Amino acid sequence: MVAADSEGRKDPGVRMFRRERSIPLRGSAAALCNNLSVLQLPVRNLTHFGVVHGPSAQLLSAAPEGVPLAQRQLHAKEGAGVSPALITQVHWCVLPFRVLLVLTSHRGIQVYESDGSVMVYWHALDSGDASPVQAMFARGIACSGHFICVGTWSGRVLVFDIPAKGPNIVLSEELAAHPTSITDIASEPAQGQDCMADMVTADDSGLLCVWQSGPKFKLSTRIPGFGVPCTSVQLWQGTVAAGYGNGQVRLYETSTGILHVQINAHARAICALDLAPEVGKLLSAAEDTFVHMWKLSRSPESGHIEVEHCHGECVPDTQVCGARFCDPSGRSFAVTGYDLAEILRFSSV
Amino acid sequence: MSVRTLPLLFLNLGGEMLYILDQRLRAQNIPGDKARRDEWTEVDRKRVLNDIISTMFNRKFMEELFKPQELYSKKALRTVYDRLAHASIMRLNQASMDKLYDLMTMALKYQVLLCPRPKDVLLVTFNHLDAIKGFIQDSPALLHLVDETFRQLLEIYGGLPAGEFHLIRQTLLAFFQDLHIRVSIFLKDRVQNSNGRFVLPVSGPVPWGIEVPGLIRMFNTKGEEVKRVEFQHSGNYVAAPKEGSFELYGDRVLKLGTNMYSVNRPVETHMSGPSNNLASQTQQSIAPPNPLAKEELNFLARLMGGMEIKKPGGPEPGFQLNLFTTDEEEEQAALSRPEELSYEVVNIQAIQDQQRNKELARIMGEFEITDQPRWSASKGDDLLAMMDEL
Repeated sequence: MVAADSEGRKDPGVRMFRRERSIPLRGSAAALCNNLSVLQLPVRNLTHFGVVHGPSAQLLSAAPEGVPLAQRQLHAKEGAGVSPALITQVHWCVLPFRVLLVLTSHRGIQVYESDGSVMVYWHALDSGDASPVQAMFARGIACSGHFICVGTWSGRVLVFDIPAKGPNIVLSEELAAHPTSITDIASEPAQGQDCMADMVTADDSGLLCVWQSGPKFKLSTRIPGFGVPCTSVQLWQGTVAAGYGNGQVRLYETSTGILHVQINAHARAICALDLAPEVGKLLSAAEDTFVHMWKLSRSPESGHIEVEHCHGECVPDTQVCGARFCDPSGRSFAVTGYDLAEILRFSSV
Repeated sequence: MSVRTLPLLFLNLGGEMLYILDQRLRAQNIPGDKARRDEWTEVDRKRVLNDIISTMFNRKFMEELFKPQELYSKKALRTVYDRLAHASIMRLNQASMDKLYDLMTMALKYQVLLCPRPKDVLLVTFNHLDAIKGFIQDSPALLHLVDETFRQLLEIYGGLPAGEFHLIRQTLLAFFQDLHIRVSIFLKDRVQNSNGRFVLPVSGPVPWGIEVPGLIRMFNTKGEEVKRVEFQHSGNYVAAPKEGSFELYGDRVLKLGTNMYSVNRPVETHMSGPSNNLASQTQQSIAPPNPLAKEELNFLARLMGGMEIKKPGGPEPGFQLNLFTTDEEEEQAALSRPEELSYEVVNIQAIQDQQRNKELARIMGEFEITDQPRWSASKGDDLLAMMDEL
């Protein structure tokens, strides 16, 4: 395990990270992007983890020291097709009145109660005008207000209206702004006074769309791609953080779409980004075996977003496929890797 | 998953198979005039490779292969290679066929995992095809067939966007997930660890189109760079020298997919399965019970129906090829072969009664490979006659 820390004035408290006890998985992690979801439950002193294996996904809960407590496996709902349906992503959605777990696959979208015990909703993908050479799948999950948004292979984003309780979930809208498959979706509560949340969707061409959520989602900014897939995306205080297939992390202003920071962060495609919003920390992970931590801030002079490198971690011989912070202050994070049947954990000393 | 993965998987695995068979046949090479009736000569070797390659690149077969379709299970695909390996006078027993398939699979897993860019899997495929053309230099008709496949690959994959290649890569890696067989030549070269996992280097050239990590650039509203900061990166990367060629002929630059076996680096016999931990057994425990699904059987029938097996002129014995150097090693390998890697012959009782699958049952019935040093001439004839009728 190799750690590299940048020079410069830094909060020494988060400079060094050590490897904590791993959590074993029943099945190895699949080589997908964004293949780790974490639900922090500090009140109950629990952390939930979700990892996709292939035709199944594993949910497990762990105590603070990483001691696994309970686990459950979910399977993709079968439909027509030759091989078993593969899951593309699993993600917890924290809505104002409830927490739901969403699972996307090559057949459709499955929505569960947060512990995965009960499926409350199933949406089958509509082949529509898919040509035989296109693989159908749902991918990209985020919640915004009382909506859950899920991306699809065609570029359409499905918007589901979620009631405060019960299974009466309704498909309320289909957003059609992307020409190619959706890769990831992120959201955060809006900064303005009108209490509308912001959301960003990303696709295989690298195009980013920023939306204002509401009964009807409104496209507010379009940030063109440059021929490289945007594999993972995050939103923080009016800034879009986007990770790309060429190993770059780029930060854009949501209101203008202007590029303010470009980081040559990784030597392979980025597979995951995560944010600790309370402290403005960004985590980037890639197939090059590295996980990097960055500190976002606003320049006092220009007001533009700036970034500095905090920490780098090498996970030897592991093609990382998921990375998430495990606490709101960004003091600990977890990592998954292709073919690895454990969740690796790191925390600052 | 991507529906365009099968041609890449099949051609690359086929290429690895040819590398291994070629090396093994050379190792057992006896000069023509000194050879006894049951020993391999240079002429035999060339003929075996020729026969397999001509079966592989048969037009009808390629047509089926290139249709957009999902990937089938390892078992189904293994059946195709069983048949391919027997497209000549060569015979492999179960243990040798097992080992051959394991070597092919681990080699391709390594190549896919280490591809710098997802698109580079195409360069790996071209490396295999370039080498295959090297095996059949004196057969212009065969060369033409291979070139046709080359062109088809260029047509289908040449213009695919990066996102599609990402999906193809993910599909291939899903196929190879949880395979950790240790291969001697990989262990020796230190590209594989003793736990069966491949080494992922953090030094060397970055992929074409990627910048060396370590730089942060900040811009103002006008797009002008206002600040430039470097950060420490414990990898040791340098810029990519040049891009490999995606043309019919050209320098591929990438070494993955070229022949790693040679006279000095023979196909070694020591192989072991994954260590006995929970993870390696998960693939079997999670997957639903197997006989081959109906759709897989239909696929096999279609695919192998397109395979034309050449019948050699006149009665001729089939020659046994052994991938192990001694009988003891072979026995040991069979004993120590982990349960989850056993590729049993498909249980044909599971097949529903369908016309197509009756044909398939007939094909399957041929795969009872018995341990004989030499087929009698008549038996060999019957076998080939059966294949011919399809």
